Amino acid sequence: MATIGNNNLNAKLVLLGDMGAGKSSLVLRFVKGQFLEFQESTIGAAFFSQTLAVNDATVKFEIWDTAGQERYHSLAPMYYRGAAAAIIVYDITSTESFTRAKKWVQELQKQGNPNMVMAFAGNKADLEEKRKVTAEEARLYAEENGLFFMETSAKTASNVNDIFYEIARRLPRAQPQNPAGMVLVDRPADRSQSAACCS
Amino acid sequence: MDEEYDVIVLGTGLKECILSGLLSVDGLKVLHMDRNDYYGGESSSLSLVQLWKRFRANDKPSEQLGSSKEYNVDMIPKFMMANGALVRVLIHTDVTKYLNFKAVDGSFVYNKGKIHKVPATDVEALKSPLMGLFEKRRARKFFIYVQDYEDNDPKSHEGLDLTKVTARDIISKYGLDDNTVDFIGHALALHIDDNYLDEPALDFVKRMKLYAESLARFQGGSPYIYPLYGLGELPQAFARLSAVYGGTYMLNKPECKVEFDGNGKAYGVTSEGETAKCKKVVCDPSYLPDKVKKVGKVARAICIMSHPIPETSDSHSVQVILPQKQLGRKSDMYLFCCSYTHNVAPNGKYIAFVSTEAETDQPEVELKPGIELLGPVDEIFFDIYDRYQPVNKHDEDHCFISQSYDATTHFESTVHDVLAMYTKITGKELDLSVDLSAASAAAE
Repeated sequence: MATIGNNNLNAKLVLLGDMGAGKSSLVLRFVKGQFLEFQESTIGAAFFSQTLAVNDATVKFEIWDTAGQERYHSLAPMYYRGAAAAIIVYDITSTESFTRAKKWVQELQKQGNPNMVMAFAGNKADLEEKRKVTAEEARLYAEENGLFFMETSAKTASNVNDIFYEIARRLPRAQPQNPAGMVLVDRPADRSQSAACCS
Repeated sequence: MDEEYDVIVLGTGLKECILSGLLSVDGLKVLHMDRNDYYGGESSSLSLVQLWKRFRANDKPSEQLGSSKEYNVDMIPKFMMANGALVRVLIHTDVTKYLNFKAVDGSFVYNKGKIHKVPATDVEALKSPLMGLFEKRRARKFFIYVQDYEDNDPKSHEGLDLTKVTARDIISKYGLDDNTVDFIGHALALHIDDNYLDEPALDFVKRMKLYAESLARFQGGSPYIYPLYGLGELPQAFARLSAVYGGTYMLNKPECKVEFDGNGKAYGVTSEGETAKCKKVVCDPSYLPDKVKKVGKVARAICIMSHPIPETSDSHSVQVILPQKQLGRKSDMYLFCCSYTHNVAPNGKYIAFVSTEAETDQPEVELKPGIELLGPVDEIFFDIYDRYQPVNKHDEDHCFISQSYDATTHFESTVHDVLAMYTKITGKELDLSVDLSAASAAAE
């Protein structure tokens, strides 16, 4: 959910797409600047945050990876809940992953958040010689469905930061405030504030 | 599916999902399946359409109630004690980061036909209309004793060994009358019957301390917290934890038949003609009906309202405990109310539940004293379900079956069952001694 305070925007961003399209690789490249040729299926870490400065504001992305729950179509509703942005990832060397990516777009549209910023990422753009999906075809699809499109390569880092910056730029600045809850954390709160008021 | 797993978990109820998460974090290879196409099993939260399908056999809820999707109606309504066992599990596993909570506004108790705020501290005891002047002073002294009691500080024990003296002894030492004991025992210590009176007082005192410490935690009107969007978020969050640590998730798997070898030991689970092998099976009672026995039933009314429960200071979220004696029953009755402020209903709507351990087959009649406290309701549904307990020997059949959820409106008994199952499955104790005094809540 996108919430604002002092020009700081918190935005939940979810990744969708087939196993092996490179969802985790994109995030790892963006958050840590790393790329592993044989990235294992996502284990142990599926929640990242990264802050970007865009124009006059900072955007803190809370990035949710699928943790493999997309494999048997068992992503929980919680995954989509409150997402301000989504990146739907396919592999340009696989028509099947492109077809499946379109299914994920439909799934997202069913969630019915008209303000969600959706990015369509044709990943593995470094593998030009194995390309099966043309950029033109993907761009056309993206335009028809209200997504913005980029071809990315987690391996060479091409367009990786760009796609996140573009999302940050497009996030609506004046979203209705979500009812704020609290997150339980395992560290001492700054008690001085609350204590000071009563003395 | 043709792989071998350490554990196959069947059913995505809260208990099963917590276990799946804990076992995956331990490094075990877990396959988690559910016959339904949604998470949560018995502990899911339903939209209006789902509610209508379940109780009215159609999918056309009245349009005046607003958007179906904005409803998250718990099938097992419960609040979480802010310092309680479930919060410890959430912090221990770091699942908290997937969830947003809000404090529950009020905690009340029914006494002599009226609803009163539950006094939890010496100061509140002095103000409470639940007690007469002299009784207030006696109760105040008892509250101070409980607040000061520390296991490792013998001075605070006032010469009483709480592992030996009974709750009844300590109550008579302070001279509390039956009326006070009734609300302290049921609304503060959250005992579901009066058997605790003849047991060692330590548990009773610790439960009172838990209530008071939870109340102090968030400066809310109650010791309880509740997740935004309803309890159905909890199993999903623990399922995500399990998946993050390599657990495999399959929903909408029909049948889920547990396979046994010649010695009666479970070795796998079959669904849609494929058998996944495993060393152990963990499930809710519905997946192994031959290995459980019925131990009771829960009666529940689910109400959609356009106002808060009367006499609860306009609390948007509230628990009211109706102790057994006040109604001449064998078991307590519970009112539970939540609203749009916890994102479980559209603007202006409230969801209220009346629950009890059923003593008859007529929930409409039995729940009447609770329902009457709600005022007018827009819609009401009645539910009655059987509670089961496992009767199998897990060291022989390698099956670990959870108990059905009880009628209480808090999670203490739920987590107790989960922790006991975890120990049986792994042979280990889960260390939940997270420093809760250091844990706190951050506003988002």
